[in-house]
Amino acid sequence: MAELRAPVARIPRPSPPTRPEYLRDVIAGDDIGVVEKPLTLLQRLANQGWLRKSLILILIAIAWETYARRLNNPLLVPTFSATLEAFWNGIASGDIPQKMMNSVQLLIKGYALGLGLALLFTALAMMFRLGNDLLETLTSAFNPLPAIALLPLALIWFGLGDLSIIFVLVHSVLWAVALNTHSGFRSVSTTLRMVGRNYGLRGISFVTKILIPAAFPSILTGLKIGWAFAWRTLIAAELVFGVSSGKGGLGWYIYENKNMLEIPAVFAGLFTVILIGLFVENLVFRNVEKATVRRWGMQN
Amino acid sequence: MRPPSTPTADEGRAPLLQVSGVTLQYKTEQHLVTATYRVSFDVFRADRFVVLGPSGCGKSTLLKAVGGYMAPTEGNMRLKGVPVRGPGPDRMFVFQEFDQLLPWKTVKQNVMFALQSSGKMRGRGAEAQAMRYIEKVNLVKFAHSYPHTLSGGMKQRVAIARAMAMEPDVLLMDEPFAALDALTRRKMQEELLQLWEETRFTVLFVTHSIPEAVLIGNRILLMSPHPGQVKGELNSDGSDPVDPTTGRKLSDRIHDVLFADRIEEQEALHHG
Repeated sequence: MAELRAPVARIPRPSPPTRPEYLRDVIAGDDIGVVEKPLTLLQRLANQGWLRKSLILILIAIAWETYARRLNNPLLVPTFSATLEAFWNGIASGDIPQKMMNSVQLLIKGYALGLGLALLFTALAMMFRLGNDLLETLTSAFNPLPAIALLPLALIWFGLGDLSIIFVLVHSVLWAVALNTHSGFRSVSTTLRMVGRNYGLRGISFVTKILIPAAFPSILTGLKIGWAFAWRTLIAAELVFGVSSGKGGLGWYIYENKNMLEIPAVFAGLFTVILIGLFVENLVFRNVEKATVRRWGMQN
Repeated sequence: MRPPSTPTADEGRAPLLQVSGVTLQYKTEQHLVTATYRVSFDVFRADRFVVLGPSGCGKSTLLKAVGGYMAPTEGNMRLKGVPVRGPGPDRMFVFQEFDQLLPWKTVKQNVMFALQSSGKMRGRGAEAQAMRYIEKVNLVKFAHSYPHTLSGGMKQRVAIARAMAMEPDVLLMDEPFAALDALTRRKMQEELLQLWEETRFTVLFVTHSIPEAVLIGNRILLMSPHPGQVKGELNSDGSDPVDPTTGRKLSDRIHDVLFADRIEEQEALHHG
């Protein structure tokens, strides 16, 4: 033992110096120069998300314009200004707004139906074990299946009309939303579940009053993904499939103008699709987020 | 078997909560675990009944069973003579975790929601009741704040206000102050005692801290681990008095009882 301890003793063992104690009063907050100071105008502008994003969009537009002018081939890439002009003409003639309305109407029908079914599936999955198995099997089977691949089948089943498009829209929305909602429900903490049951909540009121708000961040993500999937599917379906029941949508507008080599109008069609996407993401979803999950501190 | 108690003048004498011979088991992926073995105790009206034991003595599981979240494999639990079946608003839970408040509701809405969704009160009545208890825990200024803007101690106060506003038969507290810092914990313990002085609620309080048990409880149930069994019940007046027969402080006596096995084990090791 002594042999083992010997080398340890040689290591210097410093001890801290003894210092006098002291207590003092602190200065009141008002007497200190700057505790809080407003930001400068530039700093405040730089904090505006929409401003930064608009700047990015403007830069892209400038790059596009420069490139298209240098290329000088309106059949391949029309200039930004030509696209804007075509867009404006389309709006003035009422062609784009009407096609847009057709598309959006279909989209909302398919989206709403998809959401309803997703809610039904996930509620079943939360209440019964078999419902859970059903949802997991169906999502893993159908989620990877592109909606557009179902279109030929839909045409045979539902004919050349809105119904076929709504069918593929539902398919594209349902699984993405169900998957996110379900994983959101499952990640609700045990404590919150116990709190809900402590109040005597069960069955459907437990789902609506505890699970849905608690899983809202995931549900919102699901809604966004579902929306994007639906939009893509719709445009693709219209492109493949053309007019449905006598009136076309934006996809058809793009297809039609391509056939007539009206390339600026093709770009204007694409531009409209992008604008609607930006509008929904930045105005609708952003505000829903602000009023819910951010306000509740569930997301930063 | 004891006959179910009837609301008579004698009600104060009959136990409010009777736990008799309760064995609790739960399954993990690989094992069937016995959390408590034949635990019996009685809680009377206005008791501050503390369940004290080291981790692994099944005290939290026991509280969950009283809360109705799991059924005993043996024995039974009766609240006012009625067997406990499933969770219900007559036994309000205060958990240890800060996430027990609903994040999508403000402080006031959280308290009101409990009253409304259990069907106890509606509209104005619920609002008045909520504000009365929010005032009791000194959070009137924060009635319209969302939980994520509050500190841990404030969140626990809301949880206590929410549970007390329901005026349950018994409050179930599962280490409600364990996640707080020492200073806040101390303050919350005093506030809880103050609230008890005002309203004389009945509380079943689970903790692993001997000082907390001595301070909070008027009756302390001691449990041993693996599986949880009752080692005894002691009385406390909060001042940690010296026992005249043994000449030792209450907290030291509790320490001796709870850790007797471990001391014997260590002695056995030393002698062996």
